[in-house]
Amino acid sequence: MFQKKDGSEIKVEDSFATKLSFLIMGFGNLMHKQIVKGLGFLAIEVGFIVFMAMSGVQNLINLFTLGTVETHDEVVPGKILPVRVFGDNSMLFLLFGVLTVMVIIAFVFVWRANIKSARYVQKLEMQGKKIPSMIDDIKLYLDERFHITLLTIPIIGILTFTILPLIYMICVAFTNYDKDHQVPGNLFHWVGFANFGNVLIGDERMSTTFFGVLGWTIVWAFFATFTNYFAGIIVALIINQKEVKFKKLWRSILVLTIAMPQFISLLVMRCFFSNYGVVNRTLINLGILDGIDSAIPFFEDPTLAKITVIFVNMWVGIPHTMLMSSGILMNIPQDLYEAATVDGANKVQMFFKITLPQIIFTTTPYLIQTFIGNINNFNLIYLLTGGGPVSSKYYAAGRTDLLVTWLYKLTADNRDYNLASTIGILIFIISATFSLLTYRNTKSYKEEDAFQ
Amino acid sequence: MSANNLTAVTGKKTKSYAAQKRTILIASYIFLIVLSIIWVIPIVWVVLTAFRAEPGQFSSSFFPKPYTWIEGDIKYTATFTLDNFKDLFTPREGFDFKKMWLNTFIVATISCVISTFFAISTSYVMSRMRFKMRKPFMNIALVLGMFPGFMSMIAVYFILKSIGIHQTLAALVLVYSAGAGLGFYVCKGFFDTVPKALDEAAMIDGANKAQVFFKIILPMSKPIIVYQALTAFMGPWMDFIFAKFLMGTNYDTYTVSIGLFSMLEKERIYEYFRQFAAGSVLVAVPIMILFMSLQKYYVEGVTGGAVKG
Repeated sequence: MFQKKDGSEIKVEDSFATKLSFLIMGFGNLMHKQIVKGLGFLAIEVGFIVFMAMSGVQNLINLFTLGTVETHDEVVPGKILPVRVFGDNSMLFLLFGVLTVMVIIAFVFVWRANIKSARYVQKLEMQGKKIPSMIDDIKLYLDERFHITLLTIPIIGILTFTILPLIYMICVAFTNYDKDHQVPGNLFHWVGFANFGNVLIGDERMSTTFFGVLGWTIVWAFFATFTNYFAGIIVALIINQKEVKFKKLWRSILVLTIAMPQFISLLVMRCFFSNYGVVNRTLINLGILDGIDSAIPFFEDPTLAKITVIFVNMWVGIPHTMLMSSGILMNIPQDLYEAATVDGANKVQMFFKITLPQIIFTTTPYLIQTFIGNINNFNLIYLLTGGGPVSSKYYAAGRTDLLVTWLYKLTADNRDYNLASTIGILIFIISATFSLLTYRNTKSYKEEDAFQ
Repeated sequence: MSANNLTAVTGKKTKSYAAQKRTILIASYIFLIVLSIIWVIPIVWVVLTAFRAEPGQFSSSFFPKPYTWIEGDIKYTATFTLDNFKDLFTPREGFDFKKMWLNTFIVATISCVISTFFAISTSYVMSRMRFKMRKPFMNIALVLGMFPGFMSMIAVYFILKSIGIHQTLAALVLVYSAGAGLGFYVCKGFFDTVPKALDEAAMIDGANKAQVFFKIILPMSKPIIVYQALTAFMGPWMDFIFAKFLMGTNYDTYTVSIGLFSMLEKERIYEYFRQFAAGSVLVAVPIMILFMSLQKYYVEGVTGGAVKG
C-alpha cells in the first residue's frame, strides 16, 4: 500500500500539471493517466460553473434581498379585470440561497481534494513510484478509506434533512417571517436580532411567556429526571433482592408499558384523569367525592396539572430506569458485598457506600441525556395536557407548556415561524451550556478513546 | 406485624433477624403488587374499552356494565362486543384504518432497514477508524442533537415539496431514516466493547477493513443490531408530529397514529372512543409481542449504551 506521508519533507515545487489543476480541476490526474478520477473532477467543476451561471448567482443575490416584488394586481391592456401577478417567494429564496451557500462550500472541499490529489500523483511520479490505477483506488476505499465509503450516504442524509433545514430555520430567526408575513403573497425581510430582543426584553407579554415557560421547563426537567431516576433504582433494588421470587414476572409487567406505544398510553392517561374520567368516576362511585361537580380538576388547575404531569411521567419512565439499573445491579461484583458483610456493614450502609456510587458513576452520562431529553419532552406534555390550562398572561402558551411545545404551537397553530426559530435557538443555547458544563467533565467523555 | 415486632425486641438475635427479613420481604411483595396494579390498570382499561358495548367516551364505572340498545325491533343487552373492531375496519370517507395500518407497517419496515444500516455503519466507523474528521463529526452530532427536532419541520416540508414527494410515504421514510447516522452513540458504545484484537487478527490474515466489518463485526453484533432495528421500527408507530405535519390532508397516506389521534378530536370522541381503544389494542399488541420477544437485546442495548454514554 502507498504511504501518504513518505520520507521527503522538502517542499516540492508544483509542476505545470498541478498548477493547471487550480484552474482546470482534474488536470493533474488526467496527465497521469488517472482518467476516471480526472474526468470526475472536471465534471464536478463544469457542473458547478453551469449551476452558478444558471441560478447560483441569482440565488445568492436573492438571499440578500429575500425578494423585492410583492404580489399585486396589475391592469393589463385588453383585459377588463386586473390580473394578479405573483411576487417573489421569500421562503424559497431563503431556502435556495442557503442551499447555494452549501453547494459552494462543498465545491471548495472538492477543489481542495483535487489539488491534493494532483500534488500526490506528482510526488509519486517524481519518486518513480507506480501511479495508483482505478482498481487500486477502489481497493483503498474498501480498506484505508472504508470510513468514507460507509459515511457518504448517511452524511448526505444528514446534510439534506438535518443540517440544511436547521440552517434555514436559524436564518428565519433573523427575519420577520410571522403570521403577518406569510408567503406567497407577502415578503419577509431580514430584521437582525429584533426577535431575540422581543422575546427576552422588548415585548412584555412575550418575555413574560418566555421566562414563565422557561421556569416551568427547568422545574419539570429536574423533577421528571430525578423522580424517575431514584424511583427506578428503588424498584430495581426491590425486585433484585435475593429472596424475591418471580423476578421475571414483575419486570415484565413494568416492561409491558415500554412496549405500549407512548402516544396511546398518554392519550389513555388523558382520558383517565379528565374531569369525567375513570379516576374521578371511581372516586364518586366509592363515595369519596360528592358528584361530578366536585371532581378533582387534574388538568384544569395549574398546580395540580403540573403535579399530575410529573406523576404520569413516572408511570412512563420508571420502567426504563428500572431496566437500566437492573442491568447495572447485576454487574456489581458480589464480593464487594461479601467483603462489606464481613466488615460488619448493614444493608443501608452497603446501599449508600457500594450500590449507589456504582450506579451514579455509570449512569451520569445517561442522567445528563435524560435531563436534556426532558427539557425537550414534547410528547408527554402535548399529548397529556396540550399545554393547558390556558393562561391569559401568556402569548400562545398554557401553564404546562414547555419551551418545545410552545415552539410547536407557534409553528403549527400561530405560524409565527420567526418566533418559533428564536425559541429553538434559545433552547439550543440552554441545552448546550448545560451539557458543556456537565458532560465534558464526565469520565466517559474524556476517556472516550481509552477503553480499547 | 406487632407479633413480629415483639419477637424482634424480646427474641434472640438470630430469630429477630429472620423476622425482620420476613417483614421486609412481605413489604416488598405488597409494594410490588401495588406497583403492578398501578402499571397494569391503564392497559386493562384500554382492553376493556375496546370490547365495551356501552357507547361514549366515559363509562360509568371502571368495569363496563351491561348495556341495552334497540336495533330494529329487537332489544339487545350486552356488556362486551366485537362490534368496535368491526366498525374500525369499515372504511369511511377519509378514514380507512386497514390502510393506515398497512401504511405504517410499510414505512416502519423500510425506514427500519435504512436507518439501522446508517446507524450501524456510522457507529462502526466512529468506533474503529481513526481519521481527521472523526472528533469534529462526533461533536457536530452532539450539537445537532441539542436542537429540538421539529424546529426545522417547516423547512423539511418545503424541501420535500420542492423534490415533489411531500404527502407521500417516501417522504415519511426519508424523514425517519435520513438522520439516523447521528444516532450512533449507543451502538458505538457496543462496538467499543468488541476487542480490537479480532480486527487485527483478521487483518494479519489479509482481510481488508470492509471484510472485517461485514464478516467479523456484523455477525458478532446481533444484540445491538436488533436493538437498533427495534427502536427504528417502533418509531413510525409512535410518532405523529412529523406524520401529521407532512401528510396534511392526504388521507391515503395517514399512519395509525394520526388516525388514532384524530379519533379523539372533540366532535368525534363520543362516537369513536371505543374504536380508538380497539385500534390502540391492534397497534399495541404486535409491538408488545415483538418487544417482549426481543426484550433481552433491548436491555443489553439500554444498559450498554448507558454505561458507555
